[in-house]
Amino acid sequence: MLGIDITLIDWSRAQFALTACYHWLFVPLTLGLAVIMGIMETLYVVKKDEFWKRTAQFWMKLFGINFAVGVATGLILEFEFGTNWSNYSWFVGDIFGAPLAIEGIVAFFMEATFISVMYFGWNKVSRRFHLAATWLTGLGATISAWWILVANAWMQHPVGMAFNPDTVRNEMVNFWEVAFQGMAVTKFLHTVSSAWMTGGVFVIGVSCWYLLRRRNTEMARRSLRIGTIVGLAATFIVMATGDRSGIEIAKHQPMKLAAAEGLMDGGQRAPFSIVPGVEVPGVLSILATHDLDGYVPGVNDLLNGYTTPDGKTVKGGQEKMLLGQRALNDFTQYRQYLKTDTAQAAVYAKRLKKNVQYFGYGHVEKVRDLVPPIAVVYWAFRVMVGVGSLLLLVMLLFLWFEYKKAPQLPRWLLHAGLWSIPLVYLAGQAGWAVAEVGRQPWIIQDLMPVNAAVSQLPTGNVMLTFFIFLILFTTLLIAELRIMINAIKNHKSE
Amino acid sequence: MKRPQVLARLWAFYHDGFRRMTWGRTLWLLVIIKLFIIFVVLRIFFFKPALNGLSTTEKQETVAERIINNNDESKK
Repeated sequence: MLGIDITLIDWSRAQFALTACYHWLFVPLTLGLAVIMGIMETLYVVKKDEFWKRTAQFWMKLFGINFAVGVATGLILEFEFGTNWSNYSWFVGDIFGAPLAIEGIVAFFMEATFISVMYFGWNKVSRRFHLAATWLTGLGATISAWWILVANAWMQHPVGMAFNPDTVRNEMVNFWEVAFQGMAVTKFLHTVSSAWMTGGVFVIGVSCWYLLRRRNTEMARRSLRIGTIVGLAATFIVMATGDRSGIEIAKHQPMKLAAAEGLMDGGQRAPFSIVPGVEVPGVLSILATHDLDGYVPGVNDLLNGYTTPDGKTVKGGQEKMLLGQRALNDFTQYRQYLKTDTAQAAVYAKRLKKNVQYFGYGHVEKVRDLVPPIAVVYWAFRVMVGVGSLLLLVMLLFLWFEYKKAPQLPRWLLHAGLWSIPLVYLAGQAGWAVAEVGRQPWIIQDLMPVNAAVSQLPTGNVMLTFFIFLILFTTLLIAELRIMINAIKNHKSE
Repeated sequence: MKRPQVLARLWAFYHDGFRRMTWGRTLWLLVIIKLFIIFVVLRIFFFKPALNGLSTTEKQETVAERIINNNDESKK
């Protein structure tokens, strides 16, 4: 594709995806367990019951293992930006740098300070101060997630900036728009609530293991109750924010939505595909626009252009590619005249401004390149929603048995609870696949495709580092699992 | 409270915390090995930011050139 080796792009993307996927194995449990142990310690402080202190300490131990193994794995992503995606790193300017710097300074130090009070402070600081430290550890991690997701949301929907052709950078003109745009808020709430769901399901799964082995039953039963309540509450937030996310995507990334639905030709009362060949009429329109008669464009509409029922004409991919070429040509001319004829340069700067929102389309070779891999996005979406629904059902069953005050839970349900742990991770990874594969070919929506963002490195180097990371992260994951399984197996609560 | 007392209490807090660690020792070892790999091995030998060593103007020129040339290639 274009002037760059396609395998270089693929290996660079694979390396980033590998790092991000592994990183996202650790993060949701940190965020989720932070809430669970906060609730348990609150119960200890309020009820003055030592049982809750011991229980909170057990889950803090698992939190600590996960935190220690996962901490700093995200830094590798930042290294990869500078090395593998240097054009992108320069092009995004301070928009990416500002949220990440705030994340590093405020949230990380906040987390690091309070985590030491949380582990070292038992019997040294007051109960209330310790409780505050526990909650603030979780809050610090959540604030970290906020800034990372602000940066990610900006890539999906770039706002609050202006492109400066002199510096070849996007410069922030409205911090608040970057930090609090709809896409950022929705992404944050959806992602963080999915992490709380992971925490809830993890606690359910571990508790079920104890109940199956008839060990630590009191702790397991009461932890299960809290895991179920947190998991269910989080699932409902995930559903509500997922709905909001659908609206945002329909508005700003309609190709992603069309790919997630495998919708080739859109229209009003667009159907929602459950699996290929099984559709529910009108539901996609409701999900995307909250209106049964809402118009949802399909892949072909987005490539060829379309007119909405209210007469609004929307440009197709081919037309945007022409405007993108124009923008890039104006940029080229601007750079050439800059040193020799400033008046002429100003003319091209003005012309560039007119089409700058299509800047990235100038790098697209064929209109079909604007379509992400439909099968991957389509099935990843179904895995995310399908597994999420299954987990909801499992948690509702636990709630039902708790409500009925069943003295013993059925073994099949305990097995279901245990197997929910890998499933919740699968749903989380599938969610990221929808978000990130679905926005291809863009690294920054409409402004920069991946082929213009990648550094021109020898492909062999990128392949080598890919396999080094694969070994490193797999080793870390095995270490985490071994330490955590040992901690669970050896725990005696009574 | 005087500053030296605060520092002394902070020192005692952390010193005592680390001294009493049991399972945390393994985790600290893991963290240190991992950070060594990330910041020393990977950062020095594998991650060399592609625009490192260039002045701001050179970085601007380099990225502009890459963007423009990529565009030219696409027309071929």
